Amino acid sequence: MSDMPLLELENLRVSFPTPQGRVEVVKGLSFTLGRERLGIVGESGSGKSMTGRAILRLVRKPGRQQADRMIFDGIDLQGLSERKMRDLRGARISMIMQDPKFSLNPVMTIGAQIAEALKTHENLARSEVKSRVLEMLHSVRINDPERVVNLYPHEVSGGMGQRIMIAMMLIPRPDLLIADEPTSALDVSVQAQVLDLIDELVRDKGMGLILISHDLNLVARYCDRILVMHAGEVVESCAAEDLHKATHPYTQGLLAAVPRMEETREELPVLDRSAWSGT
Amino acid sequence: MSAIILKNLDISYGHTKVVEGVNIEVAEGESFALVGESGSGKSTILKAIAGLAPDWSGEISVLGQPRGRNVDQGFATRCQMVFQDPYGSLHPRKSVDTVLSEPLKIHGLGNRDARVIEMLAAVGLDQRFRFRYPHQLSGGQRQRVAIARALMLEPKVMLLDEPTSALDVSVQAEILNLLKKLRREQGLTYLMVTHNLPVVSFMCDRMAVMNKGRIVEIAPATALHDGSFTDPYTQSLYAASGGNPDRKD
Amino acid sequence: MTTMTNWLLDDSPSSRLQASLGHSYRVTRMLMRNPLAVVGALILLVLILAAIFAPWIAPHSPLGQNLGQRLLPPSAAHWMGTDELGRDIFSRVIYGARITLLIVALVAVISAPLGLLIGAVSGYFGGWTDKIIMGVTDVFLSMPKLILALAFVAALGPGIENAIIAIAITSWPAYARIARAETLTFRNSEFISAMRLLGASHTRIITGHVLPLCTSSMIVRVTLDMAGIILTAAGLGFLGLGAQPPLPEWGAMISRGRAFILDQWWVATMPGFAIIIVSLGFCFLGDGLRDVLDPKQGGKS
Repeated sequence: MSDMPLLELENLRVSFPTPQGRVEVVKGLSFTLGRERLGIVGESGSGKSMTGRAILRLVRKPGRQQADRMIFDGIDLQGLSERKMRDLRGARISMIMQDPKFSLNPVMTIGAQIAEALKTHENLARSEVKSRVLEMLHSVRINDPERVVNLYPHEVSGGMGQRIMIAMMLIPRPDLLIADEPTSALDVSVQAQVLDLIDELVRDKGMGLILISHDLNLVARYCDRILVMHAGEVVESCAAEDLHKATHPYTQGLLAAVPRMEETREELPVLDRSAWSGT
Repeated sequence: MSAIILKNLDISYGHTKVVEGVNIEVAEGESFALVGESGSGKSTILKAIAGLAPDWSGEISVLGQPRGRNVDQGFATRCQMVFQDPYGSLHPRKSVDTVLSEPLKIHGLGNRDARVIEMLAAVGLDQRFRFRYPHQLSGGQRQRVAIARALMLEPKVMLLDEPTSALDVSVQAEILNLLKKLRREQGLTYLMVTHNLPVVSFMCDRMAVMNKGRIVEIAPATALHDGSFTDPYTQSLYAASGGNPDRKD
Repeated sequence: MTTMTNWLLDDSPSSRLQASLGHSYRVTRMLMRNPLAVVGALILLVLILAAIFAPWIAPHSPLGQNLGQRLLPPSAAHWMGTDELGRDIFSRVIYGARITLLIVALVAVISAPLGLLIGAVSGYFGGWTDKIIMGVTDVFLSMPKLILALAFVAALGPGIENAIIAIAITSWPAYARIARAETLTFRNSEFISAMRLLGASHTRIITGHVLPLCTSSMIVRVTLDMAGIILTAAGLGFLGLGAQPPLPEWGAMISRGRAFILDQWWVATMPGFAIIIVSLGFCFLGDGLRDVLDPKQGGKS
């Protein structure tokens, strides 16, 4: 289990048609992921979210994805039928989206939704489902799970909603969790709680994590390894603690452009985009 | 003379009070930040000053003139606002040129072509953007247009509602630099709402921290350098924003 | 030709004229990619040409009777046959295009702007204004269109002008509803707030900023409704409450031909075909326009 990589991705390409022909938004991405925490950072349009979706084969038409290799725990994801893929999604690879408001069903109670997530992947007795749901809510630090299971999504705050999403995604005990900007809709104080929680659960259960974000510092804090994406390509790949030693001008530019808490600069350095790309 | 004075300001939506007993005095030429989390009422204060949240009591005055309940033309030339969402704050069917000429038309000002060209240059937009529509612009370019629109009437006070929170960091840096430059050149007063403490550190002189509709602390922005805050809520917000060096592993 | 296209599609137009021409060119080009829309546009073009050049196209007078040639079947001399008074049906159908076009144009000119304005005002101000205006609108909407039109025509007296007025009165509430719904989606948006902050009056905001955003969905809706308007007008004509004889109105022609439907089928069928084809033309064009103009279908950003 330990020496085989959890996910192998080689030469992943995602393209969309435009009036000027197909445009690739992910251009030949390759990486291997063990049971570790990988951060993918980039600005909007860098293709980071598309990478996350492509791993789950969720790129919507007319978008197209292809890869030389896409192996998850020994299974070739590209060769799977749509039905097998559906069984895999959620059960073994889960994804947390940006905004809990749009990801939860507004007319179903929270308890029912989490139970649904569990029942689609496992056959369990009703009492056991209930105890698993309560246990899961408890582990995402919801204090009174008995009350919360009967609430509807609009009755909970954004932070609690995101914790419920995490509970829903983790209850089938997946091996890989993809978190796409899991906290950018949340306040800073709640952000830390949610990320600490994801971090703790991922470590405890020995899962793999792909954290997709635009926030360099946040990714550096919560990941072991970082890929910096720009215009569909990885421009930098490094260990999280070496981020400040980044060599690519884009990464350096991004790091410098973030205002600091102890800001004394009169002007923020601006990325000179012409330095490494034609646009 | 103070640029903005708020005295005992209460604001409500229907029966719920969202802002209570706010007192702020912003000096002319100062850059002042309202900091807080969502629901703290910080944006509501901006709306009340702008005249977009009519249900308030207390006293609001801008550049010495007390504010009435409604939008009036004289107020428009003293105080303008830049909104958070560069995608929602521009009319989708109007070209940059139309957007920028509109304020001049409303106030019957002449020499529009020259003023539009001059303003585009001031906010760092190339002249070739002049006849483009919003959907042909990037987020940062749109925010530049929104800033240009607010400056067309040459106001002295600018209300900034999270002007960079919807933008990428590299674009955020450009817009923050632009706002700083414009303040320096035109002697503007900024009242800026944000949840991002490092942005305050870069942009502002003083800050008021809000929690649940009340101001819990007013501090100089330099307090962000060492975290010398007295209020526990401010301290926790500071820590959560990555302020305390001990927290970074 | 290529330089012209490039000039029109320039990403950075250098004048207002170039920008607006470029915009229309893009819309037209997108419309041209939709085959059904092109068919619809062609049908309407034929209708308009027929109406303009009716005296030159029509081989006979639409009113001239020739009792010696009653109820002749379609032939080389009379392409669509003749009716019970020996009038050439083809000529009458061609002239009928004028009446149809008149009805459609007048109804669109009267009811669409009226509904647009009422809906925009109602949605923009909200509150009591909205409640009262929408109450009135709902009263109109709750009654079937044709019956309401019938009641109006009965009160005003039969005739083509009254039919037009009646149809216009019955069709604005639907437009008001759409304009209101559209206005509600952006009345609190930041660009409207920004205009208020700049000191713009309510009138200026409604006419300059709210209405332009409602127009595209309105154009789509009106185009789609044209078929219904033609059918209502034909229905009134059929019941004898619209255009009066001897005017060659298509609905009235069907009504007259009904008596001979079994033995001389062409008398009623030919104007029927005309109605169906023109209605379809409007529907196709409306569908195509919706794909191009409706912002909710997106694809622009």
